[in-house]
Amino acid sequence: MHALFALIAVLALVAAGVMGGQTEAGRFAFTSIVPYAAFLLLLAGFCRRVIQWALVPVPFHIPVTCGQQRSLDWIPAAKIDNPSTQFGVVGRMTSEIFLFRSLFRNNKARLEGGRLIFGESKFLWLSALAFHWALLLILLRHLRFFIEPVPMFINILERTDSYFQIGTPRLYLSDLILLGALAYLIVRRFRDPVIRFISQFTDYFALFLLLGIAASGMLMRYFTRIDILSVKQIALGFAAFRPLTSQGLSPLFHVHILLVCTLAAYLPFSKLMHAGGTFLSPTRNLVNDSRARRHINPWNSPVKTHRYAEWEEEFRAKLIAADIPREAEDAGRACSH
Amino acid sequence: MQEELVHIEPKLPTGDWRDPRVELRKGAICYGAAPKNVSYLGLPNPRAWQPLDSDWKLPPDWKRIILDGMKERLGKYRSFRLFMDICVRCGACADKCHFYLGSADPKNMPVVRAELMRSIYRRYFTLSGRIFGKLAGGRDLTEDVIKEWFYYFYQCTECRRCSVFCPYGIDTAEITMMGRELLNLIGCNTNWVLEPAANCFRTGNHLGIQPHGFKDSIDFAAEEASEITGLDIKVPINRKGAEVLFVMPSADYFGTPHYYTLLGYLMLFREIGLDYTVSAYASEGGNFGLFSSHELMKRLNAKIYDEARRLGVKWILGGECGHMWRVLHQYMDTMNGPADFLDVPVSPVTGTVFANARSTKMVHICEFTADLIHHGKLRLDPRRNDHWNATYHDSCNPARAMGLLEEPRYILKNVCNHFHEMPENTIREQTFCCGSGAGLGTDENLEMRLRGGFPRANAVKYVKEKHGVNLLTCICAIDKATLPTLMEYWVPGVEVAGVHELLGNALVMTGEKERLTDLRGETFVTTAQFASSACEGGHA
Repeated sequence: MHALFALIAVLALVAAGVMGGQTEAGRFAFTSIVPYAAFLLLLAGFCRRVIQWALVPVPFHIPVTCGQQRSLDWIPAAKIDNPSTQFGVVGRMTSEIFLFRSLFRNNKARLEGGRLIFGESKFLWLSALAFHWALLLILLRHLRFFIEPVPMFINILERTDSYFQIGTPRLYLSDLILLGALAYLIVRRFRDPVIRFISQFTDYFALFLLLGIAASGMLMRYFTRIDILSVKQIALGFAAFRPLTSQGLSPLFHVHILLVCTLAAYLPFSKLMHAGGTFLSPTRNLVNDSRARRHINPWNSPVKTHRYAEWEEEFRAKLIAADIPREAEDAGRACSH
Repeated sequence: MQEELVHIEPKLPTGDWRDPRVELRKGAICYGAAPKNVSYLGLPNPRAWQPLDSDWKLPPDWKRIILDGMKERLGKYRSFRLFMDICVRCGACADKCHFYLGSADPKNMPVVRAELMRSIYRRYFTLSGRIFGKLAGGRDLTEDVIKEWFYYFYQCTECRRCSVFCPYGIDTAEITMMGRELLNLIGCNTNWVLEPAANCFRTGNHLGIQPHGFKDSIDFAAEEASEITGLDIKVPINRKGAEVLFVMPSADYFGTPHYYTLLGYLMLFREIGLDYTVSAYASEGGNFGLFSSHELMKRLNAKIYDEARRLGVKWILGGECGHMWRVLHQYMDTMNGPADFLDVPVSPVTGTVFANARSTKMVHICEFTADLIHHGKLRLDPRRNDHWNATYHDSCNPARAMGLLEEPRYILKNVCNHFHEMPENTIREQTFCCGSGAGLGTDENLEMRLRGGFPRANAVKYVKEKHGVNLLTCICAIDKATLPTLMEYWVPGVEVAGVHELLGNALVMTGEKERLTDLRGETFVTTAQFASSACEGGHA
C-alpha cells in the first residue's frame, strides 16, 4: 500500500514534469523558480535541522563501545572502535561516514532446527556504500554543467568514470553502479518480508524518486542524446542567477529537474536527514573517557536523595545493636571529618 | 522429561505494526508497581493496578502528560531527538535483538520498537506528521499505545547490541529509557524495578537489607572464607579512614552463585592486605533507577560519592556488576561528581595509576585484579579450577558501554586451565544479553526471559557440545541471578560463576591451610598435591 502510494506520487511528479515542460511558463518555472525554491528549502531546512539538533544538549556520555577500552597499559586498546582520544573519534567517524563501518558488521541470524546460525550478510553494506559513493561521484560530475571552464578534477573524475570507453556517449561506471545498488535496495524492500514489514511510504518514496532521477538522467544521456550545450547554458544561467527558459529540450529534462528539486526540498523533512544526523550521533562521536574526564550535563537537575544522616537516624538502633560505627556519637569526640 | 515452556520457531512478520493492540499475557509481562513503592519514591499516580486489568487507572490528563514529557525530553536529550529523526529503516538491527530472535514478534525488532515511539513523535511533533498523519508514518496516541509501549519497553533489556550494527549508532536503550520515563510519568511502572529502587533509596540496597542484616551477611561470608582458607578474615564496615571504599551489587552478599564471588573478593583483599571498607549505607553498586528514569538513577547513585566523602577514603573499587558499571562509567561523575575530594586511584600493591579512572576515581575489580596478576603479585594455582571447563559471557554493559573485554579474560586465563570462547558473533561487543537485564529478571516474566536468553544459551550449548564447557562465567549480578535458570532450561549441566569466584579458588594465600574444597564447598577431585606445588605467578 505504502509502496503503491509512493509510486503514484513519483509518477504524478513525472507527469507534472512532462506537462509543465509543454508550456512556456512551465519551462521557465523549471529552470528558475522551482530549483531556486528547492535549493533554498534544502539549504535552510538542512541547516535548521542540524542547528535544532545541535542546540539540544548531550546530557550524558553514552558512546557505544565496540572494542577493548583503554585501561591498563599492557592491554592493547581498540583505538577506533572504542576511541580514547579525539583522534580515535575522528577515525571512528571517518570509518562510519566513508566506509559505513557499523553496517559492515552486519550478519544474518537464522534459526535452523532449534539452532541459531550466523551467516555473512554484506550485501546491504555493499549496496549502501556503492549507492552513496556513486551518487557523490555523479553529483560532482554534474558540476561541469555549472562551472566554466570545467575544473581539472572534474575532467579527471569523468575520464576515470568512463575508463572502459563503452559506447557513445561513453558509459559512466557510476551510473551503472548507482542503478544496480538502487535496484538491490528496492528489490530488498519488496522481497525481504522483514524489510517489507518495516517499510513506510517515505522509504519507498525516496527510492522511487532516486530511481526516477537516475532513469531520466540516463535516458537523456544515453538514449535521447540531449543537447548538452543548451543544458549547460541553462545551468550556467541558473548558477549566475540569470535563469534562462529552456528551449527545445525533451520532456525528460524537465522530469529530471522536477524530481531533483523534489528530492532536494524533501530531504530536510525526511529520513534523508541521516546525511547530517550521522555526524551528531552521541553513541559514535564521543571519546570513551567518561571516567577520566568529567562530562558536564548543562541541566543536571537537583534531586532528592536519602542522606546519610537521615539513614543513620532511621536505623540507629540497628546500627548500635550490630556495632557498626556511627556518626552522631562520634561527633562529640571532635571527629576529624 | 522437561516441560516445554517455550518453543522457538522461525516466523515471518505478518500484520501491520501500526495497530497498537497487543495481547498482554502472563509469562511475558512484569507486574505493576505496588502503590507503596511508588509513593515512597514520590513518583506519580500510585494505585493498585495490574497490566492484565482492562482499566489501567491512568490520570485523566495522561495524554497531555505524555506529550509534554516527550516535548521536554526532546529538548533535553540530543540522542532522543536525533534517534527520532534519522532512522532509514535499513533493517540491519532487526535480527540483532535477542527478544526478536527468541520471540519472532516483529515488534521486538529494534527498528519497530523505536517506531512505536517515533510514530507518536511524528504525529505530534513534526510538520509532515501533523499534516499527513499515517502517510508520514504517524499514529494517534491512544490508551492502546500506552499498553503497547508498556509491553515492548519492558521487553527490551537496554543491552545496546542493535546499536553496534546501526549505521547511525541509534541506541534502542536510549529510546527504551525515554519510553520508560514517560510511562513512569503516568504511573505505568513495574514492581520488579520500583521495589528494589525503593528499597535501595531507604536501606541502601535493592534487597532492602538493613544495616544489621548487612553486617550478618558480610560476617557470615568472612567466616566462610576464613573456614575455607584457615585464615582469620575480617571485613570492616563503615570504617573511616580506609584507603578504599569497596562497593558491590547487593546480590553478591545475598544470592548464589554471587556469594562465591564475594568470597573471592574477600580472599583477594586479605591476601594483598588491602586497606578497605565496605559500607552499609552505600551497600549497593547496582542501580535499578537506571531502569526507570535518569532522575531515579541519580538519586540512588548519590550514596556512593556521599559515603566515600564521609568515610574519607582515597578512591572507590567496584565489584562485578553489569548495569552498575554502566552507571559508574557513563553517568556517575556527570550526575553526582565532581569527585574532587578523592585521589586518582593507585593500586597500593603494584603502584599502577588507574589514569582511565582519574576523574571518577572508581576502578573495576577486573582492572584491579588483572593488574595484580600482570605484575606477578598473586600466587595462583589454576589446577584448583580443573573441575571447571569455562567459557565467558561478556555482560552487555561492561562490553558495550565501557569496553571491558580483555581484563576478565586475562584473569580467567590465569586462574583456570580450561577456557573456551563462544562463537565470535556472540561475544565481546556482539555479546548476547541474558534476556533478563534492565529489570526484567522476575519469575512472572519467565517465558519472555527464556525467549530472550535463547541466543545466549544457544551459544553456550555450542561450546558445551564442542568443548565440554560446564561453566559460564560472567561479571554481572543480573547474569548470575538469571543465567542459572536459563542454563537449566536450555543447556542443563552448565553452572554459572563470577570471575572472582574462580580467582578465589586459584588464589594461593599466604599461610592458608590445605584447600579441600572449592568456594562452593565441593570437594576437589584430586586433592592433596595441589597446595604444595602451587605457585603460578602472572605472566609478568
